[in-house]
Amino acid sequence: MTTPPTAEHLLSVSSVTVTYPSGTTALDRVTFSLDAGSICGLVGINGSGKSTLFKAIMGFLKPREGEIRIAGLPVASALRQGLVAYVPQSEEVDWNFPVLVEDVVMMGRYGHMGLLRRPSAEDHQKVDAALERVGLTALRHRQIGELSGGQKKRAFLARAIAQEGRLILLDEPFTGVDVKTEAAIVELLRELRAEGRLMLVSTHNLGSVPDFCDEVVLILRTILAAGPTATTFTQANLQRAFGGVLRHFRLDGASLHDDADQRGLMVLTDDERPLVFYGDGSALGEAPPLHSTGTPPALPEKTGEPS
Amino acid sequence: MSELLIPFAYDYMVKAMWVSALVGGVCAFLSAFLMLKGWSLMGDALAHSIVPGVAVAHLLKLPYSIGAFIAGLLAALGMLLVKSRSKLREDAVIGIVFTAFFAAGLLLASLNPSSVNIQSIALGNILGISDSDVVEVVVISTVTLVILLVTWKDLMLVFFDEAHARAAGLRPDVLKVLFFTLLSAMTVAALQTVGAVLVIAMVVTPGATAFLLTDRFPRLIAISVAIGAATSFSGAYLSYFIDGATGGVIVTLQTLVFLAAFLFAPRHGILAARRLAGGAASTSPVSPDAVREASP
Repeated sequence: MTTPPTAEHLLSVSSVTVTYPSGTTALDRVTFSLDAGSICGLVGINGSGKSTLFKAIMGFLKPREGEIRIAGLPVASALRQGLVAYVPQSEEVDWNFPVLVEDVVMMGRYGHMGLLRRPSAEDHQKVDAALERVGLTALRHRQIGELSGGQKKRAFLARAIAQEGRLILLDEPFTGVDVKTEAAIVELLRELRAEGRLMLVSTHNLGSVPDFCDEVVLILRTILAAGPTATTFTQANLQRAFGGVLRHFRLDGASLHDDADQRGLMVLTDDERPLVFYGDGSALGEAPPLHSTGTPPALPEKTGEPS
Repeated sequence: MSELLIPFAYDYMVKAMWVSALVGGVCAFLSAFLMLKGWSLMGDALAHSIVPGVAVAHLLKLPYSIGAFIAGLLAALGMLLVKSRSKLREDAVIGIVFTAFFAAGLLLASLNPSSVNIQSIALGNILGISDSDVVEVVVISTVTLVILLVTWKDLMLVFFDEAHARAAGLRPDVLKVLFFTLLSAMTVAALQTVGAVLVIAMVVTPGATAFLLTDRFPRLIAISVAIGAATSFSGAYLSYFIDGATGGVIVTLQTLVFLAAFLFAPRHGILAARRLAGGAASTSPVSPDAVREASP
């Protein structure tokens, strides 16, 4: 390497192509890079390659072409150093598995333990701290499946915290989680960001993206757009990423107000949190009161199918 | 009273009891993992698949554990191959592969009727086990036990969350192959005690029983091993008196223990569930343990 690792991006994906044995190309020359201290949304429809990208970053799949580097290291060495933490989707976890909440968090320390995986005093202390931080200390002796949906998510976040990974991958963390829990998780992610960690959050829940993501990567087998949320998470880009898949409501200027104002209202939703654009459809940050509330005030809930 | 001690006066009985306990304990260790993944039938499939290996080993005058082990590995690889190259479901793949191996074994054995005693493979023959077979079984079981004691935490991580295991720097594929290698080795050993037909019970029932009794994995392993070793030891002991097939007695005991846990387990048993459902509807379904330790 010519440049020292410190000068590199925390995550750099360059021209990665992944082809499954069946012949389908799941990722096609995917390129983007992210730096420490950021929350990045990985946004795309189901089957757009979000999970494939995660699997490639976790080393489950070998790219046919291209390369992924984490803190300047190849994936295998980065994993060996415990740099990557993973918060799984709820459906991937066997909730009947006989482990307690604290056991799950302790799993985050395995990479730091010796051959026989005997936890040290430091490991115990890190687990205590992580549990305290996500507010699960009182529930640490529960079997993992006895927790509520939001608590389960927090338990796995605690595991990522205990692991001290620098890159944390979260797979659809807000599926099946109520709004209050979602806010609590976002708050935690912000704290982790302040510590200089990088969170890559895969989601198809568009409405919450502008709330907490500094950056977004829009994916549909290849990268459609990547960059700061304000300039990347635009109507035009989203229509390319989600074209035809989402419910799409549009109210033009004329039908909204009786003046010369040409701004219109657009709602994109997959029946979870809708995404609302108000204005000329370029920058999203212009309408904070609208996109930060659950349902748009201008539109009664579920007005029927769009024509 | 002294009548109860008679089995201990015979060398072959003492040998049978200790060897059974060792095999039962190590199989139970494996069962703690196997039943969690929905892979229980893999144990059954492996046990049936090793029969042709035994037949071939007899023909070639090799130690039969070697033939059995190679056949077991071939069967496991065959299942992986068919599964990855077709859209068939796992149970269908297992069914096709293991019956193919078992049929080949029966065919080989029937072509050379004098060389192989199919019945002792199918039902086990621990009471008549030869000294060289004892050495084989003890070596296999001890090596497996040592490997499990070193790697059980890594295996637990892989079984619970493969992605995280990878993130922790483990190699899930290597560990899974290791696990199935150990499973194949132990089915060979268990063949001697309970026979091919009942191996499935040895690698499923103790773990399933322990699952009903605890929510902590280390305890689950301990309970499972205790059940496996105790039932195998006493099963061999009892078979002296009732003159029944040792394998049948061992597995019957394991089933009785399972039924007891199924009914009376403090948290996951039928009676506990009924008590909770019938009791105060306001109390949450949490164990007294959890309430004492956690007090949310």
